[in-house]
Amino acid sequence: MLNDITLGQYFPGNSLLHRLDPRAKLILSLVYIVTLFLCSGPISFAIMAGLLTVAVILSQIPFFVILKSLRPILILLLITTIFNLFYMQEGTVLLQLWILRITDYGLYNAFFLILRIVLLITGTFVMLTYTTSPIMLTDAIESLLSPLKKFHVPVHELSMMMSIALRFIPTLIQETNKILSAQKSRGANFDSGSLFARARALVPVLVPLFVSAFRRAEELAVAMESRCYRGGSGRTRLRVLKFKKCDYCVLIVSLTVIILAVIARYTISFGMLP
Amino acid sequence: MEYSLKACDLCYSYSEEGKEQSLVLDHINLTVTPGEYVAVLGHNGSGKSTFAKHCNGILLPCGGTVYVGGMDTQDEKLIYEIRRLCGMVFQNPDNQIVATMVEEDVAFGPENLGLPHDELRARVDYALKAVGMYEYRNHAPHLLSGGQKQRIAIAGVIAMRPRTIVFDEATAMLDPIGRREVLSTICKLNREENITMVCITHHMEEAAEADRIVVFDHGTIALDGTPEEIFAQVETLRSLGLAVPQTVELLHALNKHGLSLPLDRLDPISCAEAIYSAIN
Amino acid sequence: MTETIMRVCNLSHTYNAGTSLTHSAIHDVNFELYQGEILGIIGHTGSGKSTLIQHLNGLLSPSSGTVSFRGEDIHSSKQTLHDVRFHVGLVFQYPEHQLFEETVFKDIAFGPRNMGLSESEIESRVLEALEAVGLSSSVLEKSPFELSGGQKRRVAIAGVIAMQPNVLILDEPTAGLDPKGCASILRHIKEYNQKTGASIIIVSHSMEDIAAMADRIMVMCGGTNELIGTPNEIFSQVEILQKAGLVVPQVTAVIKALCDRGLPLDTALYTVEDACNAILGLMNREVPYAE
Repeated sequence: MLNDITLGQYFPGNSLLHRLDPRAKLILSLVYIVTLFLCSGPISFAIMAGLLTVAVILSQIPFFVILKSLRPILILLLITTIFNLFYMQEGTVLLQLWILRITDYGLYNAFFLILRIVLLITGTFVMLTYTTSPIMLTDAIESLLSPLKKFHVPVHELSMMMSIALRFIPTLIQETNKILSAQKSRGANFDSGSLFARARALVPVLVPLFVSAFRRAEELAVAMESRCYRGGSGRTRLRVLKFKKCDYCVLIVSLTVIILAVIARYTISFGMLP
Repeated sequence: MEYSLKACDLCYSYSEEGKEQSLVLDHINLTVTPGEYVAVLGHNGSGKSTFAKHCNGILLPCGGTVYVGGMDTQDEKLIYEIRRLCGMVFQNPDNQIVATMVEEDVAFGPENLGLPHDELRARVDYALKAVGMYEYRNHAPHLLSGGQKQRIAIAGVIAMRPRTIVFDEATAMLDPIGRREVLSTICKLNREENITMVCITHHMEEAAEADRIVVFDHGTIALDGTPEEIFAQVETLRSLGLAVPQTVELLHALNKHGLSLPLDRLDPISCAEAIYSAIN
Repeated sequence: MTETIMRVCNLSHTYNAGTSLTHSAIHDVNFELYQGEILGIIGHTGSGKSTLIQHLNGLLSPSSGTVSFRGEDIHSSKQTLHDVRFHVGLVFQYPEHQLFEETVFKDIAFGPRNMGLSESEIESRVLEALEAVGLSSSVLEKSPFELSGGQKRRVAIAGVIAMQPNVLILDEPTAGLDPKGCASILRHIKEYNQKTGASIIIVSHSMEDIAAMADRIMVMCGGTNELIGTPNEIFSQVEILQKAGLVVPQVTAVIKALCDRGLPLDTALYTVEDACNAILGLMNREVPYAE
């Protein structure tokens, strides 16, 4: 049932990774992504994989959950592999099929590309979306972007919109289910016919859904005004993000990693390995 | 006289271009004294919800004035103080919860007041305990029952330390259990915290709990009195499109057959007592 | 003898079977619906009422057990399942939230049109349905969104009635309406039942409404049908009802209080009229109650 979709992919828990300040995790993830793109050989990838394994263990998220998260990108992985295998034509030929040939260089490249994508996806999932609730993430983004307020970027408004959207996703999913059932009871058919017929069949669902979303928005606006809402200025927060010792540690470690990675990339060898 | 809420010659009409609109509120005069529990009855379209929206300046009068604790709702400088002093709970529980976690939703109002963190924490805890929802503080609101959601909404208002709370058909979408939860919360807060309660409703059991009932009809006040006085006027209420509690209906039916029972018995036990003593 | 139109046998439904979120909504529900009766279903939120009624027109499939309409399992073939949607009309709670067409006419015609009826048949059905819910034909060309709340509700109910179902199921048809609106909707449902002989199932929280309307009452509690019987049989079991977290009608409570004081009254009284007559009878006043 649609009802049971968990918000985002948050996996509730109380591990070290869960308890880190979301801002620290956000910075950590950014550093991780950048570093991953600086990697180009077996040693650097091995180091990143090692770091990720540590993160997975710290997060206490079951291994099968992480594997499952890779399922939606399987097709993407497959296509990238095929393209890389046949696109890279330099190097020793390993296999010749008609006009297609697979070379050792192509294989090497395809392998590291897959590795990079897998590390990228699992890494951000583990460090960010699995261990940070969407609302904490919103807070972190608001906090990190707050300097932009000086340039009249509506940071508070944007994050308020995001958190209200998060609040109403489950409500609107429930509502969609209800309208679907009600229209089915009136003989609406959503599962057969041409693409055009199916798209048309959605009108009886989308119209009431929009009408209700607008009604909700209006009522919510009145309710918020009644509770003295007047934008972000002068507002205090119950939930305050606070950097703890471990958050500083994470920051220092990630900064060190990225500096080392840059140094390694541009001094030790310019190009291929490590 | 001291008052929490005062409407003087309040008039209002929804202005629509090109249309001559009749008055939704037609010279309403009403004074609610501090600590009073007032139920506002009336059929749909009688103007009772429009009246509610005037109590905290969501709507502003087309004529006359509304005062909240001495402040005119048309004074823009005072609007936030008015909204703090006079909280509102609305009909649809889903559409007034802002946050994804119970305690954060309760904190929403006080956060808007710019209170320091320690004060926020204290007020949220106090408000959640006052409505009996403290153990749910870390829950996601969409998983709660309707009655629980409305209690969260009440807590959100309480946390702003209001003197008056207006309930705009806050129980209309609830089941009997949810309704009872909300009703007992209203009664408790009225008694223990001495908060003035204005409940717009069409559930007679709720009105029976009040100190005073005001009946709206076509934008005017048709009746105003204690529940006993109001419910005794069975025929008038029916003509206004309202029902009376079954106990009163029974006593009224018996009186039609020549008995002379008191009509002001709103709960089954006292109604049974009246009938019992008449039989003996 | 009364004819059975629907039969529910050992019906159970478990949401998300086999996952960590598994949750049994209803179990071992057994009952029969007779041709032309009004069956009231009461039970508080979470007692499985909504899950149950969504089985009756095949929106949900049973985890075990069967639902049959006129002796045939509604899941026996795709065609039966398709047809049963039109024979068993289901009106959801707050049905006005499903209106979507530009005009009231088009909205009510949505169901009949899905049945593949002819244009003239659709029109006559729309008009009949509109009359059945007590709306005048002047609303037909209006947008459903400019009507009042009570009118919208009626249009939505008419949208299901226009399919001329043999069984009409209404989930909380009076929720959120004022007393006048409630009374009017219930009156039209009753009239529809008498005029067409369709069976009606009304799901409600309000004991008073159910008591005034239903030929039989079914009490849902903890996912199964705890009690089923005539209002007399049901309301004589005040204790069981209260244990199920249900509020008995106020008159029933008054009569019970009088019985507790030793007066010889029938505890199964549930309408003001009957209670009044019984009390008058006790006082030897031979005057029947008249409105």
